Amino acid sequence: MKTHITTTVNGEPEEFLCETEQTLLDILRDELNLTGSKEGCSSGDCGACSIILNGRLVCACLVLAVEAEGQKIETIEGMADGEELHPLQKNFLKDAALQCGICTPGFLIAAKALLEKNLNPTEKEVRYWLAGNLCRCTGYDKIIRSVLNTAEEMRRK
Amino acid sequence: MATALKDFKWVGTRAVRPDGVEKVTGRAKFGADFSLPGMLIGKVLRSPHAHAKIKSINIEAARTLNGVKAIITGSDFNELPSEWVPAGEVQINFRDLSRSIMARNKVLFEGHPVAAVAATSEIIAREALALIKVEYEILPHVIDVEAAMSPDAPILHEDLFTAGVEPSPKTASNIAKRVDYSSGNIDDGFKEADVIIEKHFTTQPVHQGYIEPHATVASASEDGQCSIWTSTQGQYVVRAYCSEVLQLDISSIRVTPSEIGGGFGGKTTVYLEPLALALSKKAFRPVKMVMSREEVFRSSGPTSGSSMKIKIGARSDGTITAADVELKYQAGAFPGSPIMPGCMCALAPYNISNAKVVGYDVVVNRPKVVAYRAPGAPISEYAVECVINEIATKLNIDPLDIREKNAAKEGTRALYGPQFGAIGYIETLLAARGSNHYKSKLHENQGRGVASGFWFNIGGESCATININTDGTAELVLGNPDIGGSRASLAMIAAEALGIDYNKVHPIISDTSGLGYNFLTGGSRTTFAGGLAVNEAAEDVVRQIRERASKIWDIPEEAVTWEDGFVRPAGTNAGNFEPLSLADVAGMAAKTGGPISGHAQLNAQGAGPGFGTHICDVEVDEETGRVTILRYTVVQDVGKAIHPSYVEGQMQGGASQGIGWALNEEYIYDEEGKLQNAGFLDYRIPVASDLPMIDTIIVEVPNPRHPYGVKGVGEVPIVPPMAAVAGAIADAIGVHLTDLPMSPPRILKELNKKQ
Ligand code: FES
Ligand code: FES
Repeated sequence: MKTHITTTVNGEPEEFLCETEQTLLDILRDELNLTGSKEGCSSGDCGACSIILNGRLVCACLVLAVEAEGQKIETIEGMADGEELHPLQKNFLKDAALQCGICTPGFLIAAKALLEKNLNPTEKEVRYWLAGNLCRCTGYDKIIRSVLNTAEEMRRK
Repeated sequence: MATALKDFKWVGTRAVRPDGVEKVTGRAKFGADFSLPGMLIGKVLRSPHAHAKIKSINIEAARTLNGVKAIITGSDFNELPSEWVPAGEVQINFRDLSRSIMARNKVLFEGHPVAAVAATSEIIAREALALIKVEYEILPHVIDVEAAMSPDAPILHEDLFTAGVEPSPKTASNIAKRVDYSSGNIDDGFKEADVIIEKHFTTQPVHQGYIEPHATVASASEDGQCSIWTSTQGQYVVRAYCSEVLQLDISSIRVTPSEIGGGFGGKTTVYLEPLALALSKKAFRPVKMVMSREEVFRSSGPTSGSSMKIKIGARSDGTITAADVELKYQAGAFPGSPIMPGCMCALAPYNISNAKVVGYDVVVNRPKVVAYRAPGAPISEYAVECVINEIATKLNIDPLDIREKNAAKEGTRALYGPQFGAIGYIETLLAARGSNHYKSKLHENQGRGVASGFWFNIGGESCATININTDGTAELVLGNPDIGGSRASLAMIAAEALGIDYNKVHPIISDTSGLGYNFLTGGSRTTFAGGLAVNEAAEDVVRQIRERASKIWDIPEEAVTWEDGFVRPAGTNAGNFEPLSLADVAGMAAKTGGPISGHAQLNAQGAGPGFGTHICDVEVDEETGRVTILRYTVVQDVGKAIHPSYVEGQMQGGASQGIGWALNEEYIYDEEGKLQNAGFLDYRIPVASDLPMIDTIIVEVPNPRHPYGVKGVGEVPIVPPMAAVAGAIADAIGVHLTDLPMSPPRILKELNKKQ
């Protein structure tokens, strides 16, 4: 039997039906067509599915859809404000912090969660915070620099 | 033809990539993001055994399960003739390809597909797999390359007789092929040597590790037309392979590449596409198939593991007098390891008069290997570079100096045949020596290593179309999936050649119907060969613009010049007309002969070989054996960096994959030949906290055979890291390690031995 769930996704009320075994990632991608969150492993190891659930950074592949009842979900699709990209998104483009781009939504969400907590992170803090997000293309260099650049830019504002 | 010294408006800048916003907002559609109405979900039943005879497959119970729409097994596939056809850097045998994507009478590795199901939901598809009964007769298996070569090894293929040996063997073996290259006389060469080092090395198979698992949607209609949407490095190659494996006309298949979430060579073949298409042909509904991460590890990729013997002799001044190299590469379950490129690259950076390289391609009960970034080269060059470092230590010569002394340069004949043109190997050594990194001081327990690397780089078939719109903007139609910025680099080349703003060029990646055949994104060819095609298509546009201007002005075409984006009369004799921009002429296109559209189709030649030199500093924790990379610099000759950021990105990404190969990554098999670490938790690729910033030094020795001087970039950077890291560890702890990965237990063992 399917369970009826009511949530908020990127500020909009959202309802769906799900099987008990379905993950929140399955629902976001397959039912709500929010395919910006990626599935790289479905075991919590790659971070490609990073979302923010009630203010906390989580792997959507490790959350059961039924657990989302009454919760607030933020995904990559809600990161820009209208046509105004989030500073992280802008800087990722400027700093060439993506190659293939499959890891990018996860990194952006994770980095946003970091900067909301700590707008003055050290390189080491950024590296450890993002250690749960795998990127096979970039060697992380430009991603880390871009997060540090964004933090600095946001501090100045 | 080289214009690389000219100042460019777009080429060489760090423009924002045209597909960037799609990718930072989650809009970009990757393989698994595509869906069609009425779509079924396909799943694969895989062998739990490393080597077994399939005695029977019973699909009855699965077939009658509600929601199951199609089932395929080996019996649904034609037997193809065994023949080798060239496929870019490697060769392919379609009989083997077909058998490796779906087992016939035998399974040859754990994870080998034995059946596939399409059902109305993933849950039903999984249930159906559980209902398929396969009866196996388990056979002895072999995982290790040396063990597979021994006379009493279990034989994978009864019809496999070693090629390349005289006389041709009468008994089957696991050695598919022997290849050799030689020059001079190594015995004489070793007699001249003051120091000789001979070592045995092993490397483990490593997976490409793309973050996006394989994903595909196939749809066959009742009239025989087939469409495939898939994550691939080459839509045309998917089309060709599906047409061979399923015996369909090429024109009946249309393949649209999705955005691709990493490939590194691993998406140059097909796994799911023919299965999804075969299922769709039975069900007449679209079928979507996505691999799990576990399936990616168990049945796709990796590159070869190896066993190698290297003997190199040098005079006391560092001149290498002889090299004797023996390479044994695992091919996986079917012949076709990258042993040839491994042999050809092993000594390529050096000018050695007496050299011999022998290689063996060996089948084992593992997934069939597939290309991984400079396929074959990182393995053999790792071993050779390690020995060169050890000789340098022994002779007390700086490791960059010994390389410079023996380095290949313009005019050097490579062991595998050709004479090098304008290569930049020595320039990378000089840049490394001049770097701040190389001059910096080290502390206790720290060490520094250097190593160099070579890769051919390739050209190949490329097409491009440029459609000029009436407002002067341009659609740039490309045939290669963009795996890391090629839309940007090719649009920059188009903008440069057309003299228009980069933001007015709109690149799109075509499906297979939009352009002629394009070889895949691989071999570091996309910006090189694609750039040639784009440049030629732009020249075609310019020719048409001049022709149209001549009509508008009613003067001969020869009297019209094109410069900086404008047509002008050649001189006052030609007439007195105001210059017209591309947009001006395009706006009058309908009246002057119709749409303006430039095309090019070519088989690009003259790819410039790539060389790089890496510097690595490490610190070794004597208590745990953990190696920390403290500082890393990649120096590489790229010919000309069209988009320096994405060039640096390739250099950094390749280096970090190599660091993973050096320190952590390996396949762990149990006694039964089953993979124990089929996930990112236990197959550990480098994470952000494992690495420092990776510095880059771009060296530009232009390729004279490219209008912008471009050489391939993407593959060379994975070649040097293993030996650079090994050299740094040797410098720190005084032991030259020979087996990869150099993981903490292995380092600890060496440290304990020392005490
Ligand atoms: S898909 Fe969720 S962590 Fe990898
Ligand atoms: S950009 Fe490809 S995985 Fe990060």
